[in-house]
Order: sequence, then structure tokens, then C-alpha cells
Amino acid sequence: MPDSLPPIEDPLHAVVGSGTPPVIAPGHTFGSVTDKISAIVLARRTPLGWYLGFGTAFLLAILLLVSLTYLAVKGIGIWGNNVPVGWAFDITNFVWWIGIGHAGTLISAILLLLKQTWRTSINRFAEAMTLFAVACAGIFPLFHTGRPWLAYWLLPYPNTMSVWPQFRSPLIWDVFAVSTYATVSLLFWFVGLIPDLATLRDRSQSRVGRVVYGMLAMGWRGSAMHWHRYETAYLLLAGLATPLVVSVHTVVSFDFAISIVPGWHTTIFPPYFVAGAIYSGFAMVLTLAIPIRAVYHLEDFITMRHLNNMAKVMLVTGLIVAYGYMTEAFIAWYSADQYEGFVPLNRLAGPYWFAYWGLIFCNVVAPQILWLKRVRDSVIVLFVLSLVVNVGMWLERLIIIVTSLHRDFLPSSWGMYAPTFWDWSTFIGTIGLFLSLLFLFLRFLPMISIFEMRTILPQAKVDDGH
Amino acid sequence: MATRPGATYGLLAEFDDPTSLVTAAANAREAGYRCMDAYSPFPIEELHHALGSHQTKLPMIVLIGGLVGCLGGYALQYWAAAIAYPLNVAGKPLHSWPAFIPVTFECTILGAALSAVLGMLALNGLPMPYHPVFNVPRFALASRNRFFLCIEATDPKFDVEDTRRFLETLNPLEVTTVAD
Repeated sequence: MPDSLPPIEDPLHAVVGSGTPPVIAPGHTFGSVTDKISAIVLARRTPLGWYLGFGTAFLLAILLLVSLTYLAVKGIGIWGNNVPVGWAFDITNFVWWIGIGHAGTLISAILLLLKQTWRTSINRFAEAMTLFAVACAGIFPLFHTGRPWLAYWLLPYPNTMSVWPQFRSPLIWDVFAVSTYATVSLLFWFVGLIPDLATLRDRSQSRVGRVVYGMLAMGWRGSAMHWHRYETAYLLLAGLATPLVVSVHTVVSFDFAISIVPGWHTTIFPPYFVAGAIYSGFAMVLTLAIPIRAVYHLEDFITMRHLNNMAKVMLVTGLIVAYGYMTEAFIAWYSADQYEGFVPLNRLAGPYWFAYWGLIFCNVVAPQILWLKRVRDSVIVLFVLSLVVNVGMWLERLIIIVTSLHRDFLPSSWGMYAPTFWDWSTFIGTIGLFLSLLFLFLRFLPMISIFEMRTILPQAKVDDGH
Repeated sequence: MATRPGATYGLLAEFDDPTSLVTAAANAREAGYRCMDAYSPFPIEELHHALGSHQTKLPMIVLIGGLVGCLGGYALQYWAAAIAYPLNVAGKPLHSWPAFIPVTFECTILGAALSAVLGMLALNGLPMPYHPVFNVPRFALASRNRFFLCIEATDPKFDVEDTRRFLETLNPLEVTTVAD
């Protein structure tokens, strides 16, 4: 939290006051915060659990490599996609991963602008989660092209074929939105890391550590004028990332909404996609934060206050998503268009009914228990619920894509989609890639922003005698 | 500044908390020192004011970067869709501007964000692997829990003895000479 935005809540006050848990446990100093977070990275011995976790994740990442290699050799016929369901698991997974990324940007940028101090201890790894989720997301459209080695054709560049991308198509908007999002997320994350990299450089015991962190820190020395420009840049980046994150899932929803397929051609899509993205993203932050906090004993920094707040954000965005489902069904009926009207009926009672009812259970029914404070205070229930919501949001994208395509206008061209082994292996493989990157991040970079944690300590306030 | 061996870059005073550093910086400025810098493990807004530093040009750079991205993005689409590769899509005009807005928006953000980061680094003179303050071993704590004020030898009022005596009056933990 930059200094230009004074915290609205005094962390210590929270303890004395209303019984709300503090955003940082009392008794910490600049030194203790620094040492505790940097020790995780600088520890000479890597915990055995890390090897187990990384090893498992890396095996799954290898499954991804095998799947993608086989796809490159054979073509996308190895997937279950076929007319009329031309988009299936691949685009479902793309939208799911991109959505997960959104919570990272929301936490780091929007909550910064809203002066929510509690974001400080979760923003770093939420941003890392964004980057890795976007990396996983990017794989799907890239390989869905069938010839990923020609994917650069998506970019506008002068070429001997004298053709240019079609800028009236939402698919090319998506290329720009997702690549800008990936770039800006990376910049935001890296800028946030610079002062902490300097801390690691100064504290590392090994020569390799000093050299590598030193190069990455670029000679950061914490000069007052540097900090001033740094904070200006950070705040401007937050201001830029805020409309960007909203635009990304809006553009993703345009991929559907601009078409005329029943079930896709709706104006509710952009807000409903953005809310769904934040919903699934917060679920993923909880899925990751709860075990990380337990394993690395970070209960002082990621307190019940954080888990509680995230649970509340999930509840609210979950309700917005539920409203989206109702609006979809209502408009389908109200339009008096028989094709539109058929979509909700087909979802409720058609061949994919189990997926639709599963989605309603996971996204609408189950999260209602978050109204209870007892539930929001229970780490285990929150963890299970976050997994349920992750599944639910994945089912939502599957339902939107598959049930809309498999029965559209002409009953003679109706069909069914079923995933193949390679559909599953590619999807599970991206989870492996995501977790592998996350494990590497936890081991080599500070998972909590050290310098921002210093700023929320009460002793960081300058006593100017007033 | 001279770079001969043994030359002095300045005098570095170490403090324990942000308030002492801000007070020290304000006192040094009041005493007439101008060429100085303060180092802290986290941003301190008051410090910037106490040192009397000027405002940064960064917002203007970001604005220009954003505008370049915006105009460049739109021009690219106009040129591609209306001039280089005119294609009749569903009878829509070649210059179908509403369809060009999303990409224009993304290019604006990209231009502004890149100029914010590169502008910040350039104005800060980073990357800069070597800086004299790193010669002081205790300066490693500037990224942990210590606060430093450095009065540089380029200051017209700088004198190794007088300035050291002045810094001692500010109740530092330690005053060190910084080799250049």
C-alpha cells in the first residue's frame, strides 16, 4: 500500500475495536516482517513437502506437454470437438483460466484504489496466480488454431500475403485484450517485486542469490525520489489495470455475445462474465491461500480477516452470477423467440442436465452458507467451498459453450459432444503447469509483498508532531 | 564529481525509525543542504516533502504513452480495414469505427502501462548496478529496517568535518563516510 493512500483502518485498532481480526498480528516490526517472509525464499533447505508438491505438479505439466505434442502431430481431431460443437473443452478451459486471473488484478489494483489495506498480504501471490492462469489460458486458443506455429498470423504485421486481421471480429479483439492483459499483469507484478528483490539481494547468503536477485532488483536502493516515482507509477498502473481487467472478460464475452447462436446472443454477458470471473478468481485465491498459510505458518499475515473478506466477495459475486442465470432464463422466455426459449429448457432437462444442475448447486446453492459467520470463520469449510465454486464456474463455461452449440436452429444438425482422453489430459495438464509455476514462485520469490507489509505496521506512520 | 580512488561520495547517517529520518531530512534542508538523498525500506510520503524534491514528470509521460497507443491502435485498424485490405463484411462500411473501439482501448492501456514502467525506471536511472551508497556494509539494512540520510559531497556546503558534526546533532545511530 503506497504511502499516498493512508490506510483507512488501523491494524492495531482492529483488535481493540469491534472484535474483527486484524490484518496483521500485533507485535511485528519492520525487521520481523522482512525476516519472516524472506526466510521462506532464502532458506537453504527446501522442505520435503515442496518437492512432493512440485514433483506431482510437474508430472501433470509433462502430461500437458505430451498432450500438446500429440495434438501438434495429429491435429485437433484428437479432441472431441466436432460440428456442431466446434468449441468445447478448449474454450471452456480458456475462459475458466482467464476468469481465475481476474481476482489477482482485482485484489492488486481495484482494492488498492479503494484503499483496502487488507489486500496487502494477499496481492503478491494473487498477482502471480493471475500470470500463471493467463499463461494456462493462452495455451488453449493457441492450440485450438490447430497449427499453433502459425499463431502469429493473429497479429497485424506487414506480410507477403498482403492480408490483415479482421478487426471487426471479436476474436481479434480477444487477441489484443488477452495479450495486453498478460503484459500489464506482468509489469504490475514485476514493479511490485522490485523493492522486495532488493531486500532479497541484501539478505541472501549465497553468491548466486545475490547476483540473480541483484540483477532483477536493477540497483534499487530505496531513495526517496525513487519511491515517489515508484508510487506514482504503481498507482497509475493500478488505475490502468482496473478498466483493463473489466475489459478483458467483457471482450471474452463478446466472443459469444456478438454471434447469433441462441444462448450466446445476450447483452447480459459482459457484466455476468466479469462477475463470474471475480467469483471464480476469489475461489481460487482461497483454494491457494488456505493451504499456503497453513504450511508456511503465515497466520500472522493472512489472518481470518482476509479469509472472511474474500468469502464475502465470493458471496456477493456469486449472487450477481445467480442473477445472471435468472436474467438469461427470463430474457429467453420474454424474447418469445422459440430458439432462445428452447435454450434454458434444454439446459434444465436436455442431455446435459446433470452439468446444469451441478452448476446451479455449486454456484448458487452451496455458497449461500457464506451468510453464516460460523462458516466464514471455518477454514476447512471455506476451502471445500472454494473448490466447489471452482468446479461450478468451470461447469458454467462448459454449459454456456456446449449446450448452446449442440442444439441450435436446425434439429437436423443437432449433435452431442463428449470429451476424449486428450481433452481431459490437456485440461489436467494445465492445472499441473499452473501449480508447477506456483511452487517455483513460492520457493524463489517472496509470496507476500514485504515492503507493503512494512507500511501497514503502526510504527510506519511518521509522527509529525500534530 | 571526481572519481579518483579514496574520494568521498558523501556522509551517511543511519536512523532507527521513519520519524527520525523525516525530521533529520527537514533539519538538513533547513541548515542549507541541498544535494542529499534519503533511503528507506518503504515509501514515506513526508520524506519526499522534507527533502524539498520536485514533482515527477511521470504522469505526463504516461498520458503521452496512452495517447500514442490510442491513436496508433486506431490508425492501425483504419489503415488495415479501409486502405490496405478492404473487405466487405455483411455490407458494413469499411471504416466501421464502433468495431475498432475494443482494440483501440487495449492499445491505449498497453501504451500507458509500458510508459509508466519504463518511464519510472528511466527517470530513476535504473537499472544502475553500482552506486556508492552500496559501499557501506550497513546500507544493506536500508531494505530491511533502517533509514538513511546521505549528504553528498557535491553540496556546496559540504565539508567532511562540519557536515559530520552537523549530522551527529540529529541523533543518528551512526554516521559513515561513503567512499566513491
